[in-house]
Amino acid sequence: MTDTATETSPTRTGAATIQDLVLTDEQATLRDVARDFLGARVPMKRVRELMATPSAFDEGLWQEVAAMGWQAMAIPEDLGGAGYGMVEVAVVFEEIGRAVAPLPMLSTIMATAVLRDHGTDDQRATMLPSIAAGALRMVVAVPVAGADDGVEITDTEAGARLDGHASHVIEAVGAEAVVVATGRGAFVVPTDRAGMTVVPMDALDPTRPLARVEFANVAVDDDDALVGDAGDVIDTARTVGAVMLANEMVGVAAGAHAMAVEYAKVRRQFGRAIGSFQAVKHLLADDLVQLEAARSTAWWAARALAVHDVEEVAVAVPVAASLCPATAAAITGHSIQVHGGIGFTWEHDAHLYYKRASAATLLLGSGRAWRRRLGATLALT
Amino acid sequence: MDDMTRIDDAIDALLAAHPPATTPPRDFWGAQFDAGLAWVHHPVGKGGLGASPRHLAHVRSRLGEADADQSNLRSNIIGIGMGAGTLLSHADDAMQDRLLRPMFTMEEIWCQLFSEPGAGSDLANLATSAIAEGDQWIVNGQKVWTTLAHVSRWGLLVTRTDPGQPKHRGLTYFVLDMDSDGVDVRPLHQITGEAEFNEVYLTDVHIDDAMRLGAVGAGWSVAMTTLMNERVAIGGNVPERGTGAIADAVAAWQDSDHDDQAMADQLLQLWVEAEALRLTSLRASHARTAGTPGPEGSTSKLHWAELNKAITTFTMQVLGPDGLLMPGGYELTAPTLDEVPVVTPQQSFLRARANSIEGGTSQILRNILGERVLGLPGEPRVDKDLPWREVPR
Repeated sequence: MTDTATETSPTRTGAATIQDLVLTDEQATLRDVARDFLGARVPMKRVRELMATPSAFDEGLWQEVAAMGWQAMAIPEDLGGAGYGMVEVAVVFEEIGRAVAPLPMLSTIMATAVLRDHGTDDQRATMLPSIAAGALRMVVAVPVAGADDGVEITDTEAGARLDGHASHVIEAVGAEAVVVATGRGAFVVPTDRAGMTVVPMDALDPTRPLARVEFANVAVDDDDALVGDAGDVIDTARTVGAVMLANEMVGVAAGAHAMAVEYAKVRRQFGRAIGSFQAVKHLLADDLVQLEAARSTAWWAARALAVHDVEEVAVAVPVAASLCPATAAAITGHSIQVHGGIGFTWEHDAHLYYKRASAATLLLGSGRAWRRRLGATLALT
Repeated sequence: MDDMTRIDDAIDALLAAHPPATTPPRDFWGAQFDAGLAWVHHPVGKGGLGASPRHLAHVRSRLGEADADQSNLRSNIIGIGMGAGTLLSHADDAMQDRLLRPMFTMEEIWCQLFSEPGAGSDLANLATSAIAEGDQWIVNGQKVWTTLAHVSRWGLLVTRTDPGQPKHRGLTYFVLDMDSDGVDVRPLHQITGEAEFNEVYLTDVHIDDAMRLGAVGAGWSVAMTTLMNERVAIGGNVPERGTGAIADAVAAWQDSDHDDQAMADQLLQLWVEAEALRLTSLRASHARTAGTPGPEGSTSKLHWAELNKAITTFTMQVLGPDGLLMPGGYELTAPTLDEVPVVTPQQSFLRARANSIEGGTSQILRNILGERVLGLPGEPRVDKDLPWREVPR
């Protein structure tokens, strides 16, 4: 591969070299293993069973995932992790999306990133190995724009206390710890601490539960405090989360699109397969164009993140975060359309993709919010 | 010695013996051809080194770094991009030796005589006839949308030699000397007023049978070779971030009051889509280099055509009152080879309408993506097995 680096110029930025936009043999193997595992262990029948429960969570499955090393992927090797890069994590997320799997990997990767960048040595040493082993499930309360949330910190004679609530917290039902931002730094708080309540919310996307986390006179001390500004902590979680969500959305879109294409080949009306009609064929062709474009941005953002290229991350992440969920929402919607009446039924799987994608357009910031951020970076608006 | 080392050594020697800064471009291109660096995948002596076509981009990139003039790739694009590969596959040695070098040095410009008034998307429906007479062919018909015909010495010509066969089977392919008697090139002015293209009228034009490429009746497959060659020969070319039409949109935005939030968001949406397209081209080029090309290589033309229309339309909206004007008016001109025209946003806006027609309409490209990439069933083809002369037209 020594002869490939010169083909195109933009792959070299700053100090680190961003990986080419192709999968290495190892990454392709990782993809295949993930696809096989999810196909065998989380088929649609299992997805439906899990999404009927408030936590959509299966401890046994989570331990199988831990045995595969997924929770450990973004954790350094000396802290019980696998020390993979963000590109490998992204490969797995694309497969999770394709399977619409209700695994709380998004929150786990966000929490991992927060501990890696903002944890104290003690927190990293105790918590990261537990997360890697599948023993500790930690989530991050990323504030949702427009929600009436807030957690106040006050000092009492007995120490600092938290009061308030965080809503729409991703995959918080059943989690053992929550990262929460306050006016005076961010904290990791165990959910079984006195005064903590996690209330499931009825989520549009039943494969990804949301919860309202309530704090009533919850005691926190320095051992719970993360390092650095609370805004930076949330930004780390939002950035890493958005990149993985973008890659997941590529998988969601690809899964729904493939399903529509196969259906268009076999469904006959007017004596012809409906895929032979240009109205249907062109819709699916346009979706392929948009899918591949989205995939390029999701892969690129993961590669920028993998080499900690700050300047490139500032552009690549909002590009992928604004484009991929919207693209997936459109393509999964078209998949329902191509399926026609059957695609609108509860028993058909098309709505699972559509709900997963539609929720993703708001989950970590709207497309418009990401574009505002991009506009500021580019000094365009 | 592996391909890469041979190529790099040849480039080093070329640059040392013919420094781009002091060598006239035409002399440099001749030396580049002789060094086997015109098309590295061609055999030695035919402008190549017998290497893999995936090294083309490396050569272009290294010569670019050395500031060598590579404008021939663009200015003689039909010849260098499409003609060369066709000659390599279908012409005899004598013809290759006569034609390839002056093509690369731009001493002889090439054009492509494929489209006709009645054969656009349905190219195989073409009607220009060639009738055998001794060891010559007599050609009559009309070609259209012929880029560069007004400056060309040679044309890649597809004709119908047997109207009794179904449309794909009765075609024969020739190299036409554009200086021949009976070749009449007329400028075709487009909606910008310019004439990038021409109409070519062919009246009793005589072509030696020696100028035929491929067998009589095999013109369709030769024509496919021509169309398949373009991307290979020019090499993956990925633009810089924020360049092209989106740069004009950004410039117009920055010159405006830019107080309209809806428009600001629209600009950013277009910027994101342009970046997504750019990254997809980059990905396609990486995949080609790695030898694992996928669907990302087939979506770019369609995506670009539609996006370019959207961006140039947006720019006119940003221009506001200036979007009502056509600075300089509509001059009925034809571009020359050595002038680089100044393109206004208004011209780009109008020119973009052709993007989704030329080089495969967006509708045909969607059919191709749907049928060849996604495997969807084809449209019913009513004329497929009928003799061409019996198809209603």
